[in-house]
Amino acid sequence: MERTLSHVALFAALIAVLGFVPAVTLPFGVPITAQSLGIMLCGTVLGAKRGALAVLLFLLLVAVGLPLLSGGRGGLGVFAGPSVGFLIGFPVAAFVAGLVVERWTAPVALAALSGSVLGGIVVLYAFGIPGMALVLGKSIPEATGLALVYLPGDLIKCALAALVTRGIAQMRPGALLSRS
Amino acid sequence: MLTLTSPVETPLHRLPAGAKLAGLCLATVVLFRLDSPVPLGACLAMLAVLHLALGLRFASTALRLLVPLWPFVLVIAFWHLWLGEPAAGATILLRLVTAVAAANLVTMTTRLSDMVTVIEKIAAPLRRIGLSPRSLALAIALAIRFLPVLSQRMGQISEALRARSPRRAGYRVLIPACLAALDDAEHVAEALRARGGAG
Repeated sequence: MERTLSHVALFAALIAVLGFVPAVTLPFGVPITAQSLGIMLCGTVLGAKRGALAVLLFLLLVAVGLPLLSGGRGGLGVFAGPSVGFLIGFPVAAFVAGLVVERWTAPVALAALSGSVLGGIVVLYAFGIPGMALVLGKSIPEATGLALVYLPGDLIKCALAALVTRGIAQMRPGALLSRS
Repeated sequence: MLTLTSPVETPLHRLPAGAKLAGLCLATVVLFRLDSPVPLGACLAMLAVLHLALGLRFASTALRLLVPLWPFVLVIAFWHLWLGEPAAGATILLRLVTAVAAANLVTMTTRLSDMVTVIEKIAAPLRRIGLSPRSLALAIALAIRFLPVLSQRMGQISEALRARSPRRAGYRVLIPACLAALDDAEHVAEALRARGGAG
């Protein structure tokens, strides 16, 4: 109980802190931030349930008015904006990423990579694109086109999530809750 | 840690948080029902007048909170000018800006502690599935407390990396930062247990 609570709280803070890391701008002008990497890591490191809870706690902090989303955004306004679908998809993405790492006995790096792609891209976009379509008044294919600019950055983040998860598994195997 | 609550005290600060949140839900539903630029423009104008009535400093802070929307505004504006349907584009943009501004207004006029109280109340039924409102409040407090701690830790890690190599620290910060969070979590769990648990 205490361990769940402290891991959930600390990783919620970690997602926020990763959002403070200055954005890297890809060659064609789309900023990528480490924040959604934090979402993937919550799943691949903490496992499905704790990972999803950590992301929910992070969203709660954003909703009560802390400017923790990348770029210093926060408050209830972000839930009325175009990225609302992605925000709703965040906890589900972490859950799916965690589930893959927990259930699939492949090497950690491979499981974490597949988990992040499935959770952080497939599932996340499945929530994010309809949200964008709704708020911006576009059809699903049009919104997909708008969201695709984030795809290269997200693929890089999946690879990083896999590297970090493997690194933790090597250095501190006991700390990787998704595999213990 | 700075919150988005406005330090400029307004009459709206004194309204109960629950009422403001309920009002916001209602307003957002209405905004998504309105489907032409004129009523939506009227809503936005009313909201702007309300902001101005609360003071110029308050209004300018509110305006700054809308700045992150500009890439979307640009895309939608060009998209609909290209298609030659400015009315449809105006509807979408007015709705977006009004909904976000209304939500920001609630955030700006509600203290963090009041919001947390509302959340504890809303979360009370979750007790049945094993989440007590007390541990929820504890988790919120812990996360807020550890924001500056982890942020500082991350700064130290990247400085240490830079001292050893001329390359940018970049992604190499990530593994030590995660390990730091995991270690802190174990320590906090022990400390909680030693003080009678989080139940």
